[in-house]
Amino acid sequence: MGIKLSLAAVLGLVLAAYIGVTAAGLYHFFGVSLPYLAISLFLGGVVYRVLKWARAPVPFRIPTTAGQEKSMPWVKHSRFDNPSTKGETVVRMLLEVFLFRSLFRNTKFEIEKGPRIFYQWEKWLWLAGLAFHYCFLVILIRHLRFFTEPVPFFVQGIEKLDGFFQVGLPGIYVTDGIFMLAVTYLIIRRLIIPQVRYISLPQDYFPLFLLFAIGTTGILTRYVIKVDLIKVKTLAMGLISFHPVVPAGIGAIFFIHLALVSTLFAYFPFSKLMHAGGIFLSPTRNLPNDSRMRRHINPWNYPVKVHTYAQYEDHFREKMVEAGLPVEKELEQAPPVAGKP
Amino acid sequence: MKIYDGKYILIGLLVFVGLATFPIWFDHGKAVAPADPSLNTPVIAGMMVKHCILPKDQMITEHMKLLNVWRTEVVRYGKRVYVAPNGEKYEMSLETECFRCHSNKAEFCDRCHNFAGLDKASDPYCFSCHVVPSEKKPGAVAMVGKESK
Repeated sequence: MGIKLSLAAVLGLVLAAYIGVTAAGLYHFFGVSLPYLAISLFLGGVVYRVLKWARAPVPFRIPTTAGQEKSMPWVKHSRFDNPSTKGETVVRMLLEVFLFRSLFRNTKFEIEKGPRIFYQWEKWLWLAGLAFHYCFLVILIRHLRFFTEPVPFFVQGIEKLDGFFQVGLPGIYVTDGIFMLAVTYLIIRRLIIPQVRYISLPQDYFPLFLLFAIGTTGILTRYVIKVDLIKVKTLAMGLISFHPVVPAGIGAIFFIHLALVSTLFAYFPFSKLMHAGGIFLSPTRNLPNDSRMRRHINPWNYPVKVHTYAQYEDHFREKMVEAGLPVEKELEQAPPVAGKP
Repeated sequence: MKIYDGKYILIGLLVFVGLATFPIWFDHGKAVAPADPSLNTPVIAGMMVKHCILPKDQMITEHMKLLNVWRTEVVRYGKRVYVAPNGEKYEMSLETECFRCHSNKAEFCDRCHNFAGLDKASDPYCFSCHVVPSEKKPGAVAMVGKESK
């Protein structure tokens, strides 16, 4: 159900862009209005979501403790899996953001005949996830060549590294291939592992199909159904300089690609893709585990009227001594109490 | 509404917005004129019907593929004559055939390549092996494709 719905949505988008451009001639809509709408939704939506999260108080430390907590000096402390200081937590976050460390810890759990429990080495999800994210980053940076004039050095540097093998013309980018392989793996994984398929929803399938379609149309645009890049860059530069023009004669495949990318940007803040921002605001990741070193006081505790034992004894010391009850301070030690009954 | 840990979160958001809008402030909103490759060479000026090997639109998008096919045909199969769809025959050579008409690399090839963001020094890498025929001033007869093979 979720698979068909997501697939239909993505195919619908492709068809809508194709028909909209070729039959209805909506070049301005697909070339200017839709990208502007998408990028506004993206920027506004991400800021809105993050600020919404920022309003949630985190009074107590609830980090996942994935290793030995800092304890006695002779117990080996797992510094980055169970950080106790701000510095260690920063390292944990960097490992999480750049290397997906928690995914690296993934194991596969199985009960075999016996019955015995097996925890198996399972790094494929981590590998595909990491490959996918880094390839996407490289592809995003490579696309800056359409949005900058002059093109900054790092864009050309990355392009060169990516096209290192100089196969064919236009040269094949390594990331294009790895991106498609990784996305394909991530889709197939959802389809064939029963437990993963059981918990998969349309909002899991849709971004994957969308990314697959974006990759496919992008590759088609570069290598197969080619378009006039000078016109594409004119369009892109017009968009970012707020003087949008749509040059005539750009192929429909480009508008399909653009419509899919616009959808991704517009969809981003309202979807699970917001894990990009959420990773930074995860209390289970970004808090040091110092509950046993520092006292964390709930900031919205209302004032409670308390009567401590010391005050109690001050009140009743004479009577307690008279009755022969033990007191912490003897009569002669205790300072005179004002307002004593 | 109170924002908790606002210092870190607002800095993070600023970094995000800064990175996401990089092209806008990098180009600071100036409009850029699109590349305008020049066809003003003596040979093209002297043509009765101005045409290239393939139709213009196809040449714009497919020239690199065509050159790649030519490379394969010449280097691997020793075939040197290309028959265009309209029946005309061309020698499969960048230096003698392409540059016979387009003798102005700086105003023709480079303008689009630079605009499309290819590295001026090394991309496309045709010219790391091929000789760039010397460019002539307009009016002089183009002398390209000297014994460079």
